[in-house]
Amino acid sequence: MFEWLSPAFVLLAGALLTGPARGHLRTVIVLVAPLITLWAVWQVPDGVVQTAPFLNYQIELVEGSPLRRLFATIFAFMAFGGGLYAYRQSRWYELAAAYAYAAGAIGVCFAGDLITFFLFWELMAIFSTVVVWCGGTADSRAAGIRYAAMHFLGGVVLKVGIVGVVLQTGSIDIQPMLASNFSTWMILIGILINAAAPPFSVWLSDAYPTATSTGSVFLSAFTTKTAVLALILMFPGEPVLIGVGLYMIFYGIIYALLENDARRILAYSIVNQVGFMVCAIGIGTELALNGAAAHAFAHIIYKALLFMSAGVVLYRTGISKCTDLGGLFRTMPVTCVCGIVGALSISSFPLTSGFTTKTLISQASMVEGMAAVYFLLAAASAGVFLHAGIKFPWFVFFQKDSGLRPADAPWNMAAAMVIFSVLCIALGVYPEWLYALLPYPVDYDAYSPGKVLFYLQLLLFSGLAFFLLLPFMKRTRTITLDVDWIWRVLLFRLWCNAVNAGSVFSQKYGQGMQQSFEQVRSWAYRYWGEGGVFNRSWSIGTTSLWIAVLLSTYAIMYYL
Amino acid sequence: MTRSSKTDHWLVRPTTIRLLWRVFAAVLALLVLAQFFIKIKSYFGIDGWFGFAAVFGFLACVAMVFLAKGLGVFLKRDESYYDNGDADV
Repeated sequence: MFEWLSPAFVLLAGALLTGPARGHLRTVIVLVAPLITLWAVWQVPDGVVQTAPFLNYQIELVEGSPLRRLFATIFAFMAFGGGLYAYRQSRWYELAAAYAYAAGAIGVCFAGDLITFFLFWELMAIFSTVVVWCGGTADSRAAGIRYAAMHFLGGVVLKVGIVGVVLQTGSIDIQPMLASNFSTWMILIGILINAAAPPFSVWLSDAYPTATSTGSVFLSAFTTKTAVLALILMFPGEPVLIGVGLYMIFYGIIYALLENDARRILAYSIVNQVGFMVCAIGIGTELALNGAAAHAFAHIIYKALLFMSAGVVLYRTGISKCTDLGGLFRTMPVTCVCGIVGALSISSFPLTSGFTTKTLISQASMVEGMAAVYFLLAAASAGVFLHAGIKFPWFVFFQKDSGLRPADAPWNMAAAMVIFSVLCIALGVYPEWLYALLPYPVDYDAYSPGKVLFYLQLLLFSGLAFFLLLPFMKRTRTITLDVDWIWRVLLFRLWCNAVNAGSVFSQKYGQGMQQSFEQVRSWAYRYWGEGGVFNRSWSIGTTSLWIAVLLSTYAIMYYL
Repeated sequence: MTRSSKTDHWLVRPTTIRLLWRVFAAVLALLVLAQFFIKIKSYFGIDGWFGFAAVFGFLACVAMVFLAKGLGVFLKRDESYYDNGDADV
C-alpha cells in the first residue's frame, strides 16, 4: 500500500493531525503514527521505488536499501519512544514539530537523489529549530536563532555543492564520491556541519540543552545521525574523515569534562559518539561502515535514554546543573537505574549495545593496521566512560546529598526509559539481531574472552582514575569558551568598535563638515532660493530666446 | 554529610563506601590477574602485554583530566559571560 509513498509522509501526516486532534485522539495519533511509519519503512523494497518529474529532473522520492531501512527504522522507533516519553508533558506544537523533524530525517533516509535529499534536509533544519524554540526561555530563543543561522548556512553550502556536482556529472543520483574538487568539498562541508564536526561543533552543545526536557530527547537523535547516513552514502573511505572523527571524539570528551550542565555534558558526548562513526566512515571498509551504521543505531537508543533520564530530573526539579544536583537516587530509582544503563551502554560496557557496536569500529581500524587510530579509539573508550559513563550518573544521582527529594518519573516517561533500557541490553546480549540488519554481511564475534577482558580492564581502571581524580573534577559554575566566541564576542566587539570609530570621527571632524555643508547650502540658496536667478519666473519671450540659442548652439556643434 | 550515619540511606554510609572500595579493588586485581588464564590477543605487540589495558585506560584518563584542567584555565568563564552586556546584545 505504501510502496509509492515515502514513509516520511506517514509521519508528516501524523505531525499535521496532532494539531487539530484533541484529547485521546491526539494520544492515539502520537503513539500510532510512528508505528505505522515503522511498518511502512519495512514495506520499502530495495532499489528506486518511486520517481516523479521535478524541474526537468526525474527525482527519486523513495529508494530502498538495507542501510537506508536501518536508519529509517531507528528514526521511526525513536519517534515512537520520544512520543511516548513526551506526550503527556509537552505541548502539542512541540510534538508536531518533533514529528515533522523526524519525518524529515526519514525522508533523507529514502531520498534517492540530491534534490529530494536537500528538501528533506531543510525540512529537518526548520522543524528542529522550532523544537529548540519550544524551550520557551530567552536562552532557547537566542540559541535557536544561532542554531537556525548555522543550519541554513550549512544548507546553502550543501546546495552550492549539489548544484556543482549535478552540473559536472549531469546526474542527480546520490552516489559515493571523494572530496576531490570544490563542489564535492562543499557537499562534504555541508553534511559535516550537521554532523557537528569542527570547527562548528558548538551549535549542538549550544542549542540542545536549551530545549525542553522532552524536546532535547528528540533533538539528540536525528540531525547528526542523518549526517552520518549521508556520509556513509556519499563519502565512504574519505580519508579526511578519520582525522575529523578523531578530533570530534576528543573535543567531546574534553569539553564534557569541563562542563557543569548535565544536559550539556550529554550534548558534548553526542559530538564524541558521532566522532566514532565519522572516523569509521573515513576508514571505509565494509566492516567499518557496518560499525558506523550499527553504532548509530545503538547510539540513538542509549543517547535518547540518557537525555530522557536527564529530562526527568529537569522536569521534576527544574535543575540540570551538576553543582545543584546530587543524591537523587534515593527518590528516583527508576530514572537512576535507566540512566546508569544508558551510561554503561555509551561506555561500551560488555553486555550493552555500545560494546557490540563500537568494537566493530575498533576492529576495523585493527584489520586495516591503523595502530594510531586503534590506540586513540581505545583511549577514547576510556574517556567516554570517564566523561559520560560515570560522570553523568555520579554527579546527578550520587555525589552529595543536595537535599532534593523529587518524585520519580511519570509513568509514560518511565515506560519509555524502560523500553529503551531493555533494548540497550538486548542489543548487547543478542547482537546478531542488529548484525542481521547491517548493510554488509557480518563475520564478527563480539564476545571473545580476550576482548571482553581487555575492555573490562580498560573501563574499570578508567573508573578508578575517575574516583581518584574526583578532587580535580569538582564542578564549578562556569561555561567553556568555544569557537562561537569568535562571532559572539570578537566580531561583535569589532563591529561595536567600528560603530564607535564612526561616531568619534563625526565628533572630531563634525565642526568642519558642518561649515562646508552650510557654505554649500547658502550658495545653493543664492541661486535657487527666493529671488535667486534660477527661481524667477521668466517671460515667454526670454524663455523662447534661450531655447533658440541652445538649439542653434547644438546644431552648430553637431555640424562641426 | 551532616546527617548521622544511622539515619542516612545505607548506600551513602561510610561503612558501605569502605566496603564498596574494597570490592572495587578486589575486582580490579582479579581483572589483571585473569590475564594469566585468558589470553588477550595482541595485534600491535604492545597491546598484548600483561595489564596493558589497565595501565593504558588509567593513564589515558589521567592525561585527559589534566588536559581538560589545563585548557579550562584559558577557556572557562563565568556562567553569565554571554549574558552581561560585555559580550552579547
